[in-house]
Amino acid sequence: MSQVGVVRVAVDRGSCCGSGNCVVAAPEVFDQDDTDGLVLLLRPDPPPEAADRVRRAVETCPAGAIHLTSTTGP
Amino acid sequence: MTATAATDLPLWPASTLDHGPFALLDEEQRHRLVGPVTRVRLPTGVPAWLVTRHADVRQVLRHPGFSADLERPGFPLVRPLPPQSESGRQGAFIRMDGEEHSRLRRMLTAEFMIKNVRRIEPLIQQTVDGALADLAAAGPPADLVETFALPVPSIVICHLLGVPYADHDFFQVRSRTLLDRRTSPEVFRAHAQELRDYLHELVVARRGDTGGDDLISRLVRDRVVTGQLTVDELVGMALLLLVAGHETTANMIGLSTLLMLREPGRFAALRQSPHRAADLVEELLRYLSVVRTGLPRLALVDAEIGGQAIRAGEGVIAVLSLANRDPGVFDDPEEFDPYRQAHQHLAFGFGVHQCIGQPLARAELRIALLGLADRFPTLRAEVGPQQVSTRDTSVVFGLNSLPVTW
Ligand code: SF4
Repeated sequence: MSQVGVVRVAVDRGSCCGSGNCVVAAPEVFDQDDTDGLVLLLRPDPPPEAADRVRRAVETCPAGAIHLTSTTGP
Repeated sequence: MTATAATDLPLWPASTLDHGPFALLDEEQRHRLVGPVTRVRLPTGVPAWLVTRHADVRQVLRHPGFSADLERPGFPLVRPLPPQSESGRQGAFIRMDGEEHSRLRRMLTAEFMIKNVRRIEPLIQQTVDGALADLAAAGPPADLVETFALPVPSIVICHLLGVPYADHDFFQVRSRTLLDRRTSPEVFRAHAQELRDYLHELVVARRGDTGGDDLISRLVRDRVVTGQLTVDELVGMALLLLVAGHETTANMIGLSTLLMLREPGRFAALRQSPHRAADLVEELLRYLSVVRTGLPRLALVDAEIGGQAIRAGEGVIAVLSLANRDPGVFDDPEEFDPYRQAHQHLAFGFGVHQCIGQPLARAELRIALLGLADRFPTLRAEVGPQQVSTRDTSVVFGLNSLPVTW
């Protein structure tokens, strides 16, 4: 089931526990900081084709550290 | 909440002795225990709430009001634990909450991040190759657990930590005791102390040797010397990593091999499509869920989980393995489907305590299984799933041995 839409992403490094699940889900959008292993947001405006992977990152983030700030479209 | 009030409740962990290594519960147990949050009795006589649905398990484990600190009065222990000395508790961040937990965990997150695990993949490959050669030299027949499944993660975690693998008998025996629910409080205490003493000596020796390129050396240099971490804390952290690094992945490799061998062609398919190994690993994690009996938590606040009111002071057991077979999330959850996309599984836990070593575990499992498929195309188990000897009283489920031939 593919959901098409525009997403904007925000991360909260304060609650990140460095699990790296977001990097597995959407490597073009998330990375881990070399110094502390916590999330780095590479693209706050991911391309539409990454939307599903970003949603998967939100869903699998154990710490609830990733938020979608706006979504449009179905 | 008294023990007598709980005697009519079903016991958790439920006995699964007759089910073989792949079924979690029988029909009757499933009917009684799985679904809405239910009340159970722990072996210590204490009642607790059993949480088995995927969404409910996630909610509990991500909720800041549920504590992982087993020293708190009322914590739902599945076995009596000995009173801990102050130093015996230090560094055990998986049993801490909030800031105390994240201060220590964050000293390790960069060590285990995906990029670093990628960097050590050649070391994992080399370790797997070595263990495959040992397996070939030992048989056929040979015990896959002893010769392959246990040495691989053991060698890797020893290398990363900077613990001499030559001492593996010493810490493997003690890791097992700490995870076995039948271990008496006295033996538990003695073995935990022996492991701490061993690691303490190792850490102290590193203080004089500043050049080491292993995790203990780095933490001594960057954190202990700078006053951010005490020696006792580092010892506790190293102890957790050593125990967890051994047992979880070793049991996943053993069980995964048995499962793969149940149907001819599974290893052949893996050999033909090595790029699908990552999906296979996720399904193995979901289906086998080695931390089977669940994660205990203590409610610090009133909460509602799965429609059930849970009061502050009550204990909860979040059962990862049953959540991983929630039919609302996984189609035909009792079926092992090598190439389903099982990425929502909770085998590594959830919330801020989610396994810090998961990128390492994934890489080890993938490389180990690909190596086996490649090197031993005719591998077969010498026993059926009903005959294998399983670790039923361990916090981490697995096989005691797996006789194989080829
Ligand atoms: S998935 Fe969440 S906790 Fe894990 S690294 Fe990404 S943001 Fe951090």
